[in-house]
Amino acid sequence: MFQETALSGQITFFQKLRSLDYILLFCLIILGLISSLSMYSTEGGEVLYHTKSHVIRFIVFFSMMLIFSFVNLKLWHSIGYIFYFVVLCLLIWASLYGVKASGSQRWVDLYFINLQPSELMKVAIIMCFAKFYHRTQIHLVNSFKNIIIPMVVLIVPILLVVSQPDLGTSILIGLSGLVVLWLSGVNAKYFIYSSLILLISLPFVISFLKPYQKLRILTFFNPDRDPLGAGYQIIQSKIAVGSGGLSGKGFLKGTQSYLDFLPEKHTDFIFTLFSEEHGFIGSVLLLFLYAIIIYRTAKIGASARSFFGKLFCYGFASSIFIYVTVNMSMVLGLLPIVGSPLPIMSYGGSSMLATMIGFSVVMSTKIYQKQIIA
Amino acid sequence: MISGGSDTSYRKQSVVGRRMFILSTAKLVVFGGIIAQLFSLQINQNKKYLTLSDKNRLREWKLPPIRGDFQDFFGNIIAGNLKVYQLHIIPEQVENFNNLIIRVKDILELDQKTFNKIIKKKNSQKPWETLIISENLSWDQFVKINFYLHELSGVKPVLSVARSYPYNENYTHLLGYVAQASQNDLTNNDEIKKKHVPGLRVGKIGLERSLENDLIGMNGVQRYEVNAYGKRINQIDHIEGQKGKSVRLTVDTKIQQKCNELLKDRAGSISVMDIYTGDILAMHSSPSFDPNLFLYGISYENWEAIRNNPKKPLINRSITGLYPPGSTIKPIVALSALENNVISPNFKVNCSGKIEMYGQTYNCWKKKGHGVVNLRDALKVSCDTFFYEMSRRLGVDRLNETAKKFGLGNKVFNNIFNEEKAGLVPSTEWKKNALGRGWVLGETLITGIGQGYIQTTPLQLCLMTAQLANGGFKINPKLIVNKDDLTFEDIKSKMSKNLEKKIEGPDFDNALVDLGMSSSKDDNLYSPLFRNQENVKFVLEAMFASTNEVRGTSFSSRIEDKKYQFAGKTGTSQVKRITEAQRELDLDISQIPYEDRDHALYIAFGPYKNPRYAMSVFIEHGGSGGSTAAPMAKKLFKVVIDRHEEREKYKQKNINFVA
Repeated sequence: MFQETALSGQITFFQKLRSLDYILLFCLIILGLISSLSMYSTEGGEVLYHTKSHVIRFIVFFSMMLIFSFVNLKLWHSIGYIFYFVVLCLLIWASLYGVKASGSQRWVDLYFINLQPSELMKVAIIMCFAKFYHRTQIHLVNSFKNIIIPMVVLIVPILLVVSQPDLGTSILIGLSGLVVLWLSGVNAKYFIYSSLILLISLPFVISFLKPYQKLRILTFFNPDRDPLGAGYQIIQSKIAVGSGGLSGKGFLKGTQSYLDFLPEKHTDFIFTLFSEEHGFIGSVLLLFLYAIIIYRTAKIGASARSFFGKLFCYGFASSIFIYVTVNMSMVLGLLPIVGSPLPIMSYGGSSMLATMIGFSVVMSTKIYQKQIIA
Repeated sequence: MISGGSDTSYRKQSVVGRRMFILSTAKLVVFGGIIAQLFSLQINQNKKYLTLSDKNRLREWKLPPIRGDFQDFFGNIIAGNLKVYQLHIIPEQVENFNNLIIRVKDILELDQKTFNKIIKKKNSQKPWETLIISENLSWDQFVKINFYLHELSGVKPVLSVARSYPYNENYTHLLGYVAQASQNDLTNNDEIKKKHVPGLRVGKIGLERSLENDLIGMNGVQRYEVNAYGKRINQIDHIEGQKGKSVRLTVDTKIQQKCNELLKDRAGSISVMDIYTGDILAMHSSPSFDPNLFLYGISYENWEAIRNNPKKPLINRSITGLYPPGSTIKPIVALSALENNVISPNFKVNCSGKIEMYGQTYNCWKKKGHGVVNLRDALKVSCDTFFYEMSRRLGVDRLNETAKKFGLGNKVFNNIFNEEKAGLVPSTEWKKNALGRGWVLGETLITGIGQGYIQTTPLQLCLMTAQLANGGFKINPKLIVNKDDLTFEDIKSKMSKNLEKKIEGPDFDNALVDLGMSSSKDDNLYSPLFRNQENVKFVLEAMFASTNEVRGTSFSSRIEDKKYQFAGKTGTSQVKRITEAQRELDLDISQIPYEDRDHALYIAFGPYKNPRYAMSVFIEHGGSGGSTAAPMAKKLFKVVIDRHEEREKYKQKNINFVA
């Protein structure tokens, strides 16, 4: 009976509500709570600007996500391209008239919010590709046309973001796009070839990098090269994490953080702060929480009947994984420092918005999992 | 409509499922990697990073150590510490340094010169180093600064201590002075380097320098938690410093002050010594200067005044001034002649005012001559002619041996004063080595009256006198009171024991030393320096005659009261060779230019019946010893003997007292 109604698209509100993934929602709320407490800790145990606005954003965007979850998956599918183009236009707008801050031009002033379109692009590219491959037949996936079009779709925003300049986000957009391409069946040899090409062209790419970006890469290989300059962030971050030990220094007791040795502790280095205060146990638990979120998202994808929903969920789960991995590896000294937030944990409205939009689609996939999109 | 048909759809689903599976496996591996890195940082290397984190957040501030005091024999502080109010700024912690410093300048009413100096100092040091705006705020300034403090963020009024020398110029050469540690001080003394804080005062000369490591004390430490910008957040720990050791000296301020008073406006030196314990009761070099001037960096005017003073106040004449001893050497010459059996006490010389020898004329100070004199008379009237003849017979090398034994030609102290001079007692070998020429016999003659190559410091003469006056025993001259110092009684009994030993087995100890088998000088302490004590007694008696008998050279400075009665020997040493024409002129002292005037010397010991103290008085270009130096000794002797009782009383009361 249920299948019948599902097929006919007639699901009652009650059924929708029941079919929400509560484990996922619960994990997101826990993550929101942890992130709010961490933000509170960055401000030395006071509720100041960052904590307040982070909590408000989480509540607003989480509620928005819940509401948008009830939007029919068809609708998400139908706006897949439009969403991409709108974000692309915003990116162009940002590079023309954007708000400048700390040397880069990433933000669009929307009066009520300073939007960072590059963050939205991380989701938009997945949605766009999900729609594209939903409509592409499997035997045509590796045709010349179907290789070139996604490449262009991917490279244009990347170039725009790189020129802001924002290396970190552009890499994340690139990786999110590539992971969807991989999932949708693009021949593995393309990935092998292109990585070979990338490796060969790396010296040339590096020569086009800004001096500070080059410095970051050099610093990654040897942080002690310039311990007070470029190496400072990574050294201090490792000190913070390392000094946390098994169980951490305790909530609000992270000396590296409250004495300001830790850079960017609200944003990219929020995990460092968390890890300093809660130690190895806390860090592994947080990683586990992310793993559950990724797993639940992928699981929703696995049970989705529509290819759009499946691909989006797989793609989004994988990009969450990528964000988490890149961010953590970076603060633990496994990767060079590139600006990359930790989803939901890091301070930043656009990132939170993008993540919540992603989860709306995921939830919608869950609610409409039996739905087949033409 | 289902796009692509169910077959395509199925294949698509299976591809994406397969690839998601591969990806998920990869994800697990990557998460495993992250956990591994967390484990490595937080578990394996936790200790290392904890240390680094503490190094980040904890910073120590060394507080300046409090310097130990100097006390005189009676426990009076002669170099201590005063509380002072200072003003510090750490430029790094100030938002707008230029505004602040101008505000401070107005409040303190600093003149432009001081202001420029501060700016210069600021530019020469690191921004996180404390900039000392003022080392010594007046109370008014301190109050004013505190009143405006709320609008002067970054300015810190600090209560600190500074060295003070309450007796000003009285102890300058003895104690030396302190001033800000220089780069040199830091490289030469590890202790200073270890304890250095900006503005630390360290000893520059004198005892302040040589006892630095005892005096300096221990730094207090304040441990603070600081943030990344170096701002202090919490005080974690405070360790009290330790005041440096206080040093008690053998000097008596009353006597020292008397010396200063006697030497007022003259260049010279007076030293007073206990002839048994070797305690130096006073050692003053004049002119002196106020060491307090150096505390906050001496002003240019003051420095120029000291530097350009023709009487050279910076020189410590007592130990670095080298002068020909003149006739004060005669007791040693006489002793040497007796010891070596060159003459008997009855040996006589007819003094006609001059003597022709080796084709040259040697004059006696008395043109008319002394007539026939024996040794006792010769010492009493200081007959040069007699000493020419006696020295000729004695020879310079035997004189050298005796003089060195009694303390001439050697440094009096070991390592207390860097600048101390050993002086020079010539010998034939010395001349050959140093000047490359052979000894001329005529030189022996003038050495015998304390002229020519021979050079001594005033303190050496004092030590020589003391070692004669105690009956001819070696003593240990010292400035610092130690717990294990022997008492007067101990020393006296040691001396008589050593004398007995000598009579039983003559010169055994000395023979060992001479053979280089007994190296330690201290083994010799309180042992006889003579072969026959009768010779020493003879010389002392002659010195008594010189002061207390008619025609004696210092007869006019005698004291008849037995309590104060002393014996001495005058000396007048020539600075310049006097030509025959000048001798004929017989100029009055006031007619001779200052630099050409003779040095006046006097050595004395007393009370004669039971001698306890020896002194040497030296007046640079002071004229004759009899007229200038001896009267000072007379005045000083009164004070020294009067203080003796006080000293003994104090010793009884504080039998084990060591500061």
